[in-house]
Amino acid sequence: MEIAAKLGQLALGLGAFALVVTVILLLAGRFNGPKADRRLAWLFLAPTVLGLAVAVVYPALRTVYESLFDAHGAQFVGLDNYVSIFSSAEQLHVLRNTAIWVLLSPLAATAIGLVYAVLVDRSRFESFAKALVFLPMAISFVGASIIWKFVYEYRPDLPGVSQIGLLNQILVTLGGTPQQWLINAPLNTLLLVVVMIWIQAGFAMTVLSAAIKEIPVEIIESAQLDGVTGIGLFRNITLPSIRPTIVVVLTTIAIWTLKVFDIVRTMTGGQFDTSVVANEFYTQSFRSDNQGLGSTLAVLLFVLVLPVILYNIRQLRRWGA
Amino acid sequence: MRRTPPIRVLSRALSIAAATLLLAACADTAGDTAQGTAGCEAYQQYGTFKDKKVSLYSGIVAPEDEPHINSYKNFERCTGIQVEFQGEKEFDTQVQVRIKGGNPPDLAIFAQPGLVKQLVETGKAVQAPDTVVANVKKFWSESWQGYVTVNGKVYGAPLGANVKSFVWYSPKEFKAKGYTVPKTLDELKTLSEKIAAGGQKPWCVGIGSGDATGWPVTDWMEDMMLRLSGPKAYDDWVNHTIPFNGPEATGALDAVGEYLKNPAFVNGGLGDVKSVASTQFQDAGLPILQGQCSLHRQGSFYAQNWPKGVNVSPDGDIYAFYFPSKDDTSKPVLGGGEFVVAFSDRPEVKAFQTFLASDTWANEKVASTPGGGWISANTGMDASKLTNPIDKLSAQILQDPKSVFRYDGSDQMPGAVGTNAFWKQGTNWVTGQSTKATLDAIEAAWPK
Repeated sequence: MEIAAKLGQLALGLGAFALVVTVILLLAGRFNGPKADRRLAWLFLAPTVLGLAVAVVYPALRTVYESLFDAHGAQFVGLDNYVSIFSSAEQLHVLRNTAIWVLLSPLAATAIGLVYAVLVDRSRFESFAKALVFLPMAISFVGASIIWKFVYEYRPDLPGVSQIGLLNQILVTLGGTPQQWLINAPLNTLLLVVVMIWIQAGFAMTVLSAAIKEIPVEIIESAQLDGVTGIGLFRNITLPSIRPTIVVVLTTIAIWTLKVFDIVRTMTGGQFDTSVVANEFYTQSFRSDNQGLGSTLAVLLFVLVLPVILYNIRQLRRWGA
Repeated sequence: MRRTPPIRVLSRALSIAAATLLLAACADTAGDTAQGTAGCEAYQQYGTFKDKKVSLYSGIVAPEDEPHINSYKNFERCTGIQVEFQGEKEFDTQVQVRIKGGNPPDLAIFAQPGLVKQLVETGKAVQAPDTVVANVKKFWSESWQGYVTVNGKVYGAPLGANVKSFVWYSPKEFKAKGYTVPKTLDELKTLSEKIAAGGQKPWCVGIGSGDATGWPVTDWMEDMMLRLSGPKAYDDWVNHTIPFNGPEATGALDAVGEYLKNPAFVNGGLGDVKSVASTQFQDAGLPILQGQCSLHRQGSFYAQNWPKGVNVSPDGDIYAFYFPSKDDTSKPVLGGGEFVVAFSDRPEVKAFQTFLASDTWANEKVASTPGGGWISANTGMDASKLTNPIDKLSAQILQDPKSVFRYDGSDQMPGAVGTNAFWKQGTNWVTGQSTKATLDAIEAAWPK
């Protein structure tokens, strides 16, 4: 009966959707005259515009509005929430961690992806080697976090207890003592960044590899005729040719990184000074019962992501042209 | 340009489909309540209704929901009221969304008295009818009545209860090694030292719990606060009429530190002091089974964490003793519970609400939970019907006239403290932060 009811709801939803489409088509059929094209365009755009207005624009404005109020949204506090993000010790940790994430993970993932793409380019095992690095992309952030949680897992340094975490087992094999990797700041943030790099390096590699293959053979051949090889070829020919792609890859990973929430929440829950803006926004809004501060963090996230997205779009346009 | 016919056909087909679905949905929900009045004497007072429904919303999910639903089968049969039970893991956030969105359930089960207070302040909760108030006054102790009373008015009734002041141990190990169950805090310390002198870490502790990591520290501190400063100071501290970082709290946290941050006492079978922070709370008591530690402080619900085949009984592999009080003169008990609050005052809602506050329901619930793991602080509950030894012990402690019950403090504090700063700072405290820095940070996080 539960399932029947759910299926009923699903069918009703689909029915409603079909109904809207039907109405639009019906109306569209009635348009004629000189300005029909324009009206038709507006008619087809209307559902999307309406959807965006209701689901994106209004909530965004509402969030900005709520960021100016106190924890329960009852009293206007001006910019107090913004001030506390930049003054309380705990929130400053959050900003510091976010900065570490945004600086490290796009650079490292892109660098690793680029070097890997160049190294395996035209080698005998190219597709196999690429598949290996690309595989993590197919794993969700939460799945990857659980995998890496096991890598960092700690078992006490006691007789008869064996390590189940890869990292600690390597350490023990080399004669060291096992460490509780995830509880010491700021090292733990770096260890979380590794997960992001592991996932994103495959993306960087794939896109950059495609870009490298796009470089016209003539250019490479003429450079080789001029005696340019190895590092020189990479620096003077490959890198300048794929620069737009590198920028797109860097900015795309930067956006993903700014929004990172899953990795932090799954691996440490933001404890041990590992929280980042996206995680703190969730914690403040839904656990700490502080709607104002939560909204402020969301606005901050938006403001941080916005320039990167704008830059990304401009690059993409130039690339396309 | 005449494209209408196919579209018309399509829309007609759609409207027929929609109508069929609606019919199907209606047919589905028209319940078939089995009639029959045998054994309905106890239910006469609630009256009889026809085609009335009451929705009950909670965070109780499988497998605990089944005994819950079964516990009011008789009520449904005798009164004709149909109870629509809904349990969801995301209850805590979703119920707020539903209430704010103007779509509250008829009744909801909350685990935090703080939340009840907050809801009353928003004006959405409905004051309990006289029949419920009468039951609450009749069946619950004064401290429990206090959790549902806001500004002198009763806004609901307690439901279930649990005891948190427990120390888990192995009766077999105690017998073999000649340890005795401590009766005072001093004896607890002496016992710990004795075990430590034998070369074993006495305690095993773990505060890991995903993004809720740190909450077991709050329970430890609350237990110590109750014991060292008494219930009055505890209430003041919870209600923030004395500061979070005052001398009472400092004394309590330092006393906890003598256990949790003492390298000679922790962390048996789990590592050094810092491993307290990285061990999951579910795993933390298990080293007792391997004889790697002897004591583990955790609430009655921990009974479910012991592997299958472990004998949990007064002379079995595992059992619990009451976390001792300072001395013989007092017996503070830290615990938790559930509360039913109404958002509607329709007669059928009142009837069901009254039933849930009665001794009849408490005993029905015990009967429908044969595996144990559920008790109530309802004094009408027949404790002799409980089957599980831990339930029996919990009920005995709750019903002991010497007991002074206090609700888990962090559940009563504002969210910014109770479910955030207290956990986070408690965790930092375990990994090395000083008591003063910890308490100062929590005090600073208290909403102004």
